[in-house]
Amino acid sequence: MSDNTLNAKQKPGAVQTTGHSWDGDLQEYTNPLPRWWLWCFYGTVVFSILYWFVYPSWPMGKGWLKGYGTVDYTITDKATGKQLEKKDQPWNTRALLQEELGQAANDPKRKEMLAKVQAATPEQIVQNPQMMEFVRSVGKGLFGDNCAACHGQGGQGVVGLYPNLTDNDWLWGGSTARIQETLTLGRKGFMPAFGTVLKPDQLDDVAEYVLTLSNEAKPSEAVERGKALFQGQAGGCYACHGADGKGLAALGSANLTDKIWTIVDVSAQKTLQDKKTQITNFVAVGVNNTRVMPAWQNRLTPTDIKLLAVYVHQLSGAKQ
Amino acid sequence: MSDPIVPLYQKRIPIHPRSVKGRFRLLKTSILALAYIVYFILPWLRWDRPNAPDQAVLYDLPGRHFYIFSLTVQVQDIFWLAGVLIIFAILLFFVTGLAGRVWCGYFCFQTLWTDLYMMIEHWVQGERPARLRLSKGPWTREKLTKVGGTYAIWLLVAFYTGLTFVMYWVDAPTLVVDFLLGRAPSAAYYTVLFLTATTFVMAGLAREQVCVYMCPYARFQSAMFDHDTLIISYDQQRGEGLKGRARLGKDLKIREDRQVQGVGDCIDCGYCVQVCPVGIDIRNGLQYQCISCALCIDACDVVMDNQKWPRGLVSYTSENALNGKKTTLLKPKTFGYGVILTTATAVLIWSVVTRSPYTAMVEQIRQPLFTRLSDGSIRNVYEIKLNNKLTAPMTVGIRIEGLAGATLDMDGMERVQLAPQERLKLLARIQIPPVAIKGDDGHEQHEKHEDEKNDVERAKVTFIVEALEGATAEPIRRKVPFYQPDND
Repeated sequence: MSDNTLNAKQKPGAVQTTGHSWDGDLQEYTNPLPRWWLWCFYGTVVFSILYWFVYPSWPMGKGWLKGYGTVDYTITDKATGKQLEKKDQPWNTRALLQEELGQAANDPKRKEMLAKVQAATPEQIVQNPQMMEFVRSVGKGLFGDNCAACHGQGGQGVVGLYPNLTDNDWLWGGSTARIQETLTLGRKGFMPAFGTVLKPDQLDDVAEYVLTLSNEAKPSEAVERGKALFQGQAGGCYACHGADGKGLAALGSANLTDKIWTIVDVSAQKTLQDKKTQITNFVAVGVNNTRVMPAWQNRLTPTDIKLLAVYVHQLSGAKQ
Repeated sequence: MSDPIVPLYQKRIPIHPRSVKGRFRLLKTSILALAYIVYFILPWLRWDRPNAPDQAVLYDLPGRHFYIFSLTVQVQDIFWLAGVLIIFAILLFFVTGLAGRVWCGYFCFQTLWTDLYMMIEHWVQGERPARLRLSKGPWTREKLTKVGGTYAIWLLVAFYTGLTFVMYWVDAPTLVVDFLLGRAPSAAYYTVLFLTATTFVMAGLAREQVCVYMCPYARFQSAMFDHDTLIISYDQQRGEGLKGRARLGKDLKIREDRQVQGVGDCIDCGYCVQVCPVGIDIRNGLQYQCISCALCIDACDVVMDNQKWPRGLVSYTSENALNGKKTTLLKPKTFGYGVILTTATAVLIWSVVTRSPYTAMVEQIRQPLFTRLSDGSIRNVYEIKLNNKLTAPMTVGIRIEGLAGATLDMDGMERVQLAPQERLKLLARIQIPPVAIKGDDGHEQHEKHEDEKNDVERAKVTFIVEALEGATAEPIRRKVPFYQPDND
């Protein structure tokens, strides 16, 4: 067989081979690993075994080996600062998140801002850029969790179903105080069904009159007849919508003179006839238990409601 | 079967390099001193910075600011770091292509710390023969004291190395006091512990094993070599002559005598091998273990000077020069790397010098795309992100242009004061009366946006954000879309 060529040091530049030789001259190089490399490998084996004991590792029947590592965290109530839950759990990332949320560098900042907002009136908040930034950030989350299901993620609502909160027209008033009241106590829209009171052609006349209020229709005989119904005892529309048709925030009646249509989608109709049909159809049935805003006083804290009121107020861009 | 058993693993053979004096040793020591002065002194330098930390170099991770003397690097400037890394990478290619493993030999922290540790070893245990004797001898009281002493000093250096590293990330004087009193954050202790351990192990125990077995740079630098690259090489022809190297024996003491007998200039003293920190023999040619520290050149020069023979038996040379050809340094490769290096450096410097004292981003809130107001006007809503990059307060004004009849409503926050380094998000509403949108020049600016439904039109409006007080800079202009219903 071959020579053992392990003595590479004696032959400068020679490469160590395994010492085997086939077919006379076929040899296999060998470059032995450093010994410490092997020890590093053993080290990783030991590490993995320690790891099993500290962290969750092996499946065990229906459960798993939970490990001796633990995560401590406490959950405190946002509004009262009261400690709700104190947990000492086996190591898991969910608990770790809770722990880190409590210790995060930004958390003191958030608490500080929350205290500031809690102490301020809505009017003060609206004028302060830093507090408004905080309100938008927190409000977006609160709105998404509680309001967006009906009013849409951006507060744009659905015509005929849920009011648009981004325009500057308000059924129940758009000051922060009114919005706070709406949120706290809820609202219930009501309009009688006129289908049994007025005849179809009368409904038609009223509709045409209503359209003149927002310059959608031009004066005509029908409009005059409609006006008489609207302003008179027969129709009695003025009682809620006002003689000028501008509505009353106290009753939640709609302003009929502006370009915003909350229930009847007039803007989307091309012809006058279509617009009229939309209105007559609606006036015939009215609103009864179909437009309800729930009360949030038992579901949100007063601070959350204040934050939301300011947030929604800013969405609308209405001035106080 | 009598095959010899080949071991699969190799024990490290301890290397006890002999010290040497010479040009390259002096250069290496100077670089080492300079690097250590910079590394260890920098965190202690103070820098007057109102409203911000007064440490000259501070990497404030929780505050998202890197303070480097009068430059404050913010999160959004992180591409500067990318620029620096690109420049360093190209610089490495450039220098390695020309002069070989200069980084490894003179600048690498593994080399620097190993060098320092060897100096300490030399100082405590003595020159190579003494160290060899100690390492091979039994554990006597002397060995225990000397080896223990070396390890103790090594540990101190390692600890201070780790501590200094941590000083770059927090206020250094506070950290040192807190650290010693046990009040520092646990991350500081872990980092110092980790760096103490790695410094001690890598510079004290592993040494050349790091370069030979762990370092990827060592391997890919070889790929940048060509025949003109400077390498440290033994002049085979001169050293070996016709009959090979020979020690200074009888009749072999004078150069002319040796040449007559066909013996080369190498007197086989082994000094070049003894000084090598990676334990190779340079006379075996270019080897991947060689970190180009040039200490063998110093060693051979000392020997040649003693013999009064010309220097250069071991020297910086190139493969072409060794083969008697010309070494060409000005090649397309050199120019290519040079051009990229110059461009990257120029771009980075330009970017840093022309940095704005503040930033402004405008983003449209697209849900809803637009809102019809009670008088029929159309409103779009935007979010403006402002960032004061200065460590002084600043007043910023916001206005719009480019959309006829448009008004800006920011609830009175069109003029807002930013605290030092404050980031602030503001809400902006733009309204246009219910008429067609006209551009500045009176032409209709409508364009149908492909992504949008047919009943939506898109125009453009420009936000102009300018620093009114506290800073002078070009106003920032942000052109954003404005949507309105298509009335056609």
